[in-house]
Amino acid sequence: MSEGSSKKTITEDVVRYVAQLSRLSFDDKEVKKFKSQLADILGYIEQLTEVDTKDTPPTSHVLTSMKNVFREDELQKSLPVEEGLSNAPEKKGDFFKVPKVI
Amino acid sequence: MKDILSGINTYKEWLKEQSGSFADAALFLTSRISKLDKDVNAFIEIDKEGITKNAEEIDAASAEGVLRGVPVGIKDNICIKGRLTTCGSHILEGFRPPYNATVVDKLRFVGALLINRANMDEFAFGSSCETSYYGPTKNPWDTKHIPGGSSGGSAAAVAAGEVVAALGSDTGGSIRQPASLCGVVGFKPTYGRVSRYGLIAFASSLDQIGPITRNIEDCAVMLEAISGYDEKDSTSVNREVPRYTESLSKDIKGMKVGIPKEYFIEGIEPGVKARVEESINVYRDLGAEIVDISLPHTKYAVSCYYIIGPAEASSNLARYDGVHYGYRNRKANDIIDMYIASRNDGFGAEAKRRILLGTYALSSGYYEAYYLKALKVRTKIADDFSDAFEQCKVILTPTSPTTAFKIGEKVEDPLQMYLSDIFTIPANLAGLPAVSMPCGVDEKDLPVGLQLMAQPFDEETLIKAAHAFERSTEHHKLVGEKILKK
Repeated sequence: MSEGSSKKTITEDVVRYVAQLSRLSFDDKEVKKFKSQLADILGYIEQLTEVDTKDTPPTSHVLTSMKNVFREDELQKSLPVEEGLSNAPEKKGDFFKVPKVI
Repeated sequence: MKDILSGINTYKEWLKEQSGSFADAALFLTSRISKLDKDVNAFIEIDKEGITKNAEEIDAASAEGVLRGVPVGIKDNICIKGRLTTCGSHILEGFRPPYNATVVDKLRFVGALLINRANMDEFAFGSSCETSYYGPTKNPWDTKHIPGGSSGGSAAAVAAGEVVAALGSDTGGSIRQPASLCGVVGFKPTYGRVSRYGLIAFASSLDQIGPITRNIEDCAVMLEAISGYDEKDSTSVNREVPRYTESLSKDIKGMKVGIPKEYFIEGIEPGVKARVEESINVYRDLGAEIVDISLPHTKYAVSCYYIIGPAEASSNLARYDGVHYGYRNRKANDIIDMYIASRNDGFGAEAKRRILLGTYALSSGYYEAYYLKALKVRTKIADDFSDAFEQCKVILTPTSPTTAFKIGEKVEDPLQMYLSDIFTIPANLAGLPAVSMPCGVDEKDLPVGLQLMAQPFDEETLIKAAHAFERSTEHHKLVGEKILKK
């Protein structure tokens, strides 16, 4: 879709599709409600198309003086395994435990 | 109740008169907070055990830090090692961070007593503190009204005299708007001035931690304590931290104060407009030069923000999957179902709405039309400010178009809720420092906030200009007079 294209309509199927991308799921009532609220918000946001940005670069960092920050690739102290696991809902030995993957 | 927490110095004086230890004072404080907080709910919970331990460490330390023993409220999205940090969300229930946020280390270094956990909108998504999983915070000026958000707990706790100061975070106004609605001072530093390490991320290109206090002097002290470069946050800026307290009590004769016409629009309440116009006169009387300026892209700021903010949030919140920490739905049979069920149960409606909005704006086919477009408009908004700062040193506006609205009034209408941040969002989009301070009350006897914005890293001008105003008015004293004497 090109920049500045006209009004996009959000359908219930789009809400279901985006929910699936987001690892969320909704019943029909929720889908309806989110659809109508998102349509309102996106309808308002449509005003951005009024702004002429043909020659405007996108902001990559708000402070133009900032450049990429690198450090030497050296091993540094990190969290001990037991502390890293201390909040795990389930663990086994030195690992996070999850339900079956395949 | 006696207003012993009206300022850092007042509290330290009171402390000196007490014979007990810091641990004794902490015990007194937690019971005082429990009493004062009953109707306000500024704190999700008072972490008595953590606070007592913290106070004992202060007793054991010999260093005389500038905030030694001073109670500072900590918003529930700032990590304190071993103490519950839940971001106002069910999905982080039970989370005890294995490390301290850099601001927490810095506050501990100067001896502060950390009071957690200050209530907030879930993941800082909101302007009213009503989306907290743990129930809403109420405005101490009138408990039928919201305190603002998302740092509503932090602002209400300071206003109600429960703590001397608090930390909040500001992504689109989340420090300044609740400070305004609760009649206290709220400061959002320049993006990169304060480390975000250990702040639970909402929108990484906009988030910034800052102080909420009863007066500008305390604000300068807090700002000095938490600012500075941190190698653990690659967006923090390696630049010397000025002594902000040295900008206090300065003359502002001849300072150019810009008034942008786009901030005095339809929809701004008459009570707010009147107080802000009176404030302009205060500056005129102080010898400032009032200059009319224009920030032509202001009306696009909310749209721009509600693409960029949710887009970054949808990515940042992908990590809550029930695997590493927080809530897990244990009924799911395979891993994908577990992700979905945990996120469905764990996130509230506003979080889900923003995840949907952000994912949509970033999804294939919409990325250019929404996200890229918003980034370009963001450049335009920042350019407006660069142009304006050629004509003035500081920009003066209302903080919020309204005073505190009623609890429940905007819950079902997210767009109306979003529009309440219209005057605070631009500073986040442009990375500018900005402060909100009290400038009187409206006809409902609810506080009005005045916002000042300055160029990146010119926090000193804000302190100077804000303190000059505070010294020649009595507005900042109102909160203590109205609330604790009730």
